[in-house]
Parts: sequence; structure tokens; C-alpha cells
Amino acid sequence: MVARFMSLKEAVASCVKDGDTISMEGFTHLIPHAAGHEIIRQGIKNLTLVRMTPDVIYDQLIGAGCAKKLIFSWGGNPGVGSLHRLRDAYEKSWPTKLEIEEHSHAAMANAYDAGAAGLPCAVFKGYRGAELPRVNPNIKFIECPFTGESLAAVPAIRPDVTVVHAQKANKKGDVLFEGIVGVQKEAVLAAKKSIITVEEIVDDFGDISPNAVMLPNWAVTAIVEVPGGAHPSYAQGYYKRDNAFYKAWDPIARDRETFQAWLEEHVINGGPEDFAAKREANKG
Amino acid sequence: MVEYTPTEMMTVSAARALKNDDVCFVGIGMPSAACNLARLTHAPDITLIYESGTIGTKPDVLPLSIGDGELCETAVNTVAVPEMFRYWLQGGKISVGFLGAAQLDKYGNINTTVIGDYDNPKVRLPGGGGAPEIATSCGEVFLVMKQSKRGFVEKIDFVTSLGHGKGGNDRASYGVDTKGPSRLITDLCIMEPHPVGKQFVVTSIHPGVTREEIIENTGWDVEFADEVAETAIPSEKELQVLRELHARTAKAHGDQQ
Repeated sequence: MVARFMSLKEAVASCVKDGDTISMEGFTHLIPHAAGHEIIRQGIKNLTLVRMTPDVIYDQLIGAGCAKKLIFSWGGNPGVGSLHRLRDAYEKSWPTKLEIEEHSHAAMANAYDAGAAGLPCAVFKGYRGAELPRVNPNIKFIECPFTGESLAAVPAIRPDVTVVHAQKANKKGDVLFEGIVGVQKEAVLAAKKSIITVEEIVDDFGDISPNAVMLPNWAVTAIVEVPGGAHPSYAQGYYKRDNAFYKAWDPIARDRETFQAWLEEHVINGGPEDFAAKREANKG
Repeated sequence: MVEYTPTEMMTVSAARALKNDDVCFVGIGMPSAACNLARLTHAPDITLIYESGTIGTKPDVLPLSIGDGELCETAVNTVAVPEMFRYWLQGGKISVGFLGAAQLDKYGNINTTVIGDYDNPKVRLPGGGGAPEIATSCGEVFLVMKQSKRGFVEKIDFVTSLGHGKGGNDRASYGVDTKGPSRLITDLCIMEPHPVGKQFVVTSIHPGVTREEIIENTGWDVEFADEVAETAIPSEKELQVLRELHARTAKAHGDQQ
């Protein structure tokens, strides 16, 4: 099946269901915020959210009541502080109870890699002397059958849907990522379905390296053009990270009422078309 | 007379720990300032690596997040995150890991997960991120952290990342063959692990700081080396470069941090 071009509304409605396990990746860079807003607008619930760094995108989804479980490895607002909606859900069950499964970055990166590789689990030199294995039953140790060395093992990540943002798709639906590419390729290949929002759809990619990070159209489910769709994250070559927004998020998210007012104004009454102006504002 | 703050003294001392030929995995926050100060002063060829996959990066301003665009634009190359953790970190290609902590014990074990009980925490911290494997896979680990009784405790609430475990050869019992924490730089002093017991021992005190201040700001019984040095004060060049770096960073991030 070749990727289909869709509206964001159609892509989320056709790919994401209540109760799904979804992964929205992007390591600081290319975080699919516009798609996150669409999931909130469509009122999708009981999601298991997987992401190395939950970041502001999952703070929004959790605060909006979309999540029942979070699988993660670093849950802060980088350089700013806590994710207040995440903490409120986990500590006070507001707006709903949130279960957590906590890993290290190495574990999650390996688990995505294993998912893409069709393996049931990832094996790596990790968690040595660390306490997470005591509180997370999904961390186990196995013995290397050749050397006897003890190695950490975690289940592969196999999302129902992976959602990522990329710079470009061409008219055939192939997708190009550049810059900090994180775990996006692994997360897409590990998933049953994928939605990729892009800054622009071009006739062809022009003169790119044959080793550029690309996903061919047959490896992707849905492509949506959303200029600025990563804001307040960034898209290298298009706009910068809106660090001021990440700082502004702290007081917005700290308080339930302020958060709900923000959600109402910018998400419930907003749409993917709002992101283009943010792209313009963060050029430079 | 050169004037400087205790935090500047800490950052400068931390930067001095790095060598020009180091390959350093950089934690966000205090380590990032120290590593870039080293690069902009005595260690221009140092390879700085951030977990976002950027190798050999030379940012003009300190990143707010470990994945800011400038890290990639100024890097020798940028690899996918699984490759970063598998080949470069786990593969043993990195000489120094530079980390901060919320809580620390005298063996350099680090807590960045919770204060209190894991299931019912008093304070839920961000978690381990890259640190659990940085702490065990890098050749050695430098720690930088402001000293306080709350942070420097006899027993940490959660072992996010392994230091010297229970001391002595305990670290090796987990199958870890790297050196572990070899230096702890604070705003008051520098500590290094005892060669046998592995507990931190004060080896250098920053100018103007007393032994009593160090004891008052430490939750374990502080040990001092037989010969304790006085840390050299920051040079005018070190301070100038550090202050310019912070000024550029504040301007770039749109505030007066």
C-alpha cells in the first residue's frame, strides 16, 4: 500500500483509535505538535503514549485527558523544569489516572530499533547497578548464550500508530528527514500504521545525498502537509525552536484553569492552518 | 582583584577537568556550560557529544534542550539516536561523561528520578534519560553540582545511575569495567574518590571557602585528603569567555537568565 495524501483530520480519524498505543517521536526536533492537537480535538481517549521525552506535546495530550499510560525515559520540559500536566495526572489523577512505564534513553532507542527489526525484544548493556529494574517489570536481564555476560532486555516497541513530522515529501509520497533525526525512522518502521506531517510537498527532492534519511512511500500510511506543524519544536531549514514558548508553557501548564483556557483557545478552537503563521514568526 | 561568583568558580573548575583530546558525552544544564567553556578556552579540539546524536558540536550559545538546531548545524556529523546509544556510547567510544544530579551520595551514585518513594514520590523528577548508561559506558564520569545538605545525602532515594555502588569494588560486581565518577566539582570544592574505598574525599577547596562550610553543606561525614590544595581562581580570560557565552545564550533564548 502506497502512502495517501490526506487532510490532518482525515489522517487522524482513519489511523488513530481509542485505546491505541501511539508513538509521536522527534528528539527536540520535528515534534508533530499539529497532529497532537488534532488527536485532542477528535477526543481520542485511553491512549498508551510512547515517547522518549514526553515534552510539551504529551503534557498537552495528558492534560486533555487522552492518555491512560505513558512509556517514557525523560519527563521534563528541557532547560525549563517539570511537565506540570504529566505530574498532575500521575500524582493526582487529574483529569484521569495515568499509569507510567519508565525506561532509560538507551532502552527506548534499542526498543524502537528492535521493533523496526521485527524482534520481540531489545538486548543491550544497560541498567547496570540502576534501580529502575526493581520498579519496572518490563526490564529483565538475560545471559549471553556465547559469553555468559548479563545483558538488559526490554520488549520491542510496536506502536499501533507512529506519528512524526518531516521536512518534505515528494509527489509520490516518499519522505525526507534532515538534521537531528532522532528515532523517527525506527518508530515509523516499528509501527502498524504511520502518519507523517511535512513542511511541504515538492515535485522532487533535487540534489540530495543517496544516503539521506528517507522513507519510501510504501513504508508510510498517510502524509499531510502542515507548514509549521512542529511548532514550538522546529524544522531545520524552515524555522527555529521557539524556546520562548517552552518557557511560557511552564506558567500555562502549572495551573489547571490556565491550561484549560489555553487548550480551548489554541487547540479546541484552532486548526492545523494556525501553524503556518508560527513558522513565519520563528524564521531567522 | 578578579571578582566571581561561586557558580562561576564551579563552572570554571569543571571545565578545567576536561582535556583537549577528550570525547565527552555532555549532560544538559551545568555540564553543558562547563564543556563549552573548556572548548572555548584550553580544549579547542575537544569532541562534545549530545545525546540527540550530534557528534563534535560547537554551539555558539548553550542549548536550552539537548536537541537545539545549532548543535546539529555545527556538528561534524549527526547520527540517529539508536546509533548514538548503541555504537558510540555502548561501543565504548566516549572517554568522559559529564553529568549533574538532583541527589548524590558519597560514592557518586546519582538520583534524578524521585525524591521519596518511587510509587508515591514527594517530588517526581524528570528521570534518567541517557544517564544510566552514560554512567556505566563512558571511560570515566565527572559530576558537577551545587553543594547542599539536601542534595549531598548519606543515602539517595533512588539509584538512577550507578557510581561506585556501595564503595570499594562494588561497581565491578555489576559487570561494569569503566572507571566511574572520578571527579566531583561543586561550588565549594573538588572531591575525588578514595583510591580503595571509593568514597569522595575533598582534594581541593575553592579560595575563601572554609572546611566548616563544606561540612555544613554535606549530608555525609566529609573526608579531607592529607594534602588539600587551594583551587586556582578563575582567570580573567575564563571569566570573560564564560560571561560572554551566558550573555549570548540569554539573548538567543529571549530572556535574562
